[in-house]
Amino acid sequence: MRKIIGIILLIIICWGIILALYKIPFGIPKTKVGEYYIDKGREETGAANVVTSVVLNYRGFDTLGEVTVLFIAAIGLGAALATLKKKEKRKIEPSSLILRTGCRFLFPLILLFGAYIFIHGHLTPGGGFQGGAIIASAFILVYLGCRGRRISEVSSKTTESLGGLIFVIIGLVGLAVGGHYFLSNFLPKGELNTLFSAGIIPIIYIAIGFKVGSELAGVIDNLMEES
Amino acid sequence: MDFLSNNIYYIGAFGLIFIGLFIILVKHNLIKVIIGISILETGVNLFLIAVGYISKGTAPIFSRPGLNAKNMVDPVPQALVLTAIVIGVAVLALALSLAIRLYKHYGTLDLRKIKEQRW
Repeated sequence: MRKIIGIILLIIICWGIILALYKIPFGIPKTKVGEYYIDKGREETGAANVVTSVVLNYRGFDTLGEVTVLFIAAIGLGAALATLKKKEKRKIEPSSLILRTGCRFLFPLILLFGAYIFIHGHLTPGGGFQGGAIIASAFILVYLGCRGRRISEVSSKTTESLGGLIFVIIGLVGLAVGGHYFLSNFLPKGELNTLFSAGIIPIIYIAIGFKVGSELAGVIDNLMEES
Repeated sequence: MDFLSNNIYYIGAFGLIFIGLFIILVKHNLIKVIIGISILETGVNLFLIAVGYISKGTAPIFSRPGLNAKNMVDPVPQALVLTAIVIGVAVLALALSLAIRLYKHYGTLDLRKIKEQRW
């Protein structure tokens, strides 16, 4: 019965979507907004990566909201799991020597790669969110490989809060110094395609990288503690 | 055949969306429903990227001189999806934590056996 209802619903939705998409063929030239960003983005923001200039400059306020959503989800996960009673410590079987050595060898390399990704967010594909996810994956490796190791909750929470604070403070400074809007780019733009360019964009992306990395590591920590 | 090769990304994206919706509507296990949400989200992301694509386009990054701005794909959907992926991870983690709570409370993940979740 459920299956039949599901299939009927899907057919109705499918019909509506086909009607809507019939007029939008695949691969046509882009919208006016996208064209404007590609044409003017380099002069206005100084970032070689147009996606980054959209995320952090034209739509920086949306990104602040998005970081807030991530923060609230992490808090909600902590709150949902914190009220459970802690079980007595399970016996954790220590992992083998090869696994532990491999983890210890790979952990700094993965951290370095994540840092590279978020520092070069305005030049190459990448940015704070991706770099943060890579850093969190380094923590998963440690949690699964060298069992029994935990990150300290205080330091992860401090990093997370500092990242968010830097984002907001830079936005407020931009409001006071630069233009008349939040997160305006008040630092010098620099030369295109160099590391020290694009004004506030690399600074904000570094802050976001630390924030997302510590947040996702905290999420992993909460889930691992539970299981 | 021409229709298929022209719209293959749309078809793939909506295939994923419908698989996800079907799992959400039909399955009884809560973990499977969460997997369905994840698949649905992947399909939506793929669809947004496909809307911004132009034929024979390149990534919107001026990484070297001589790149033609006319050939670049639309950066706005890519910026949307960039943030949507991270939100997706957060939502998935939150949903899993709620599933853990439900399991601790009811001792089962079967939605037919949880009275408040039945439909």
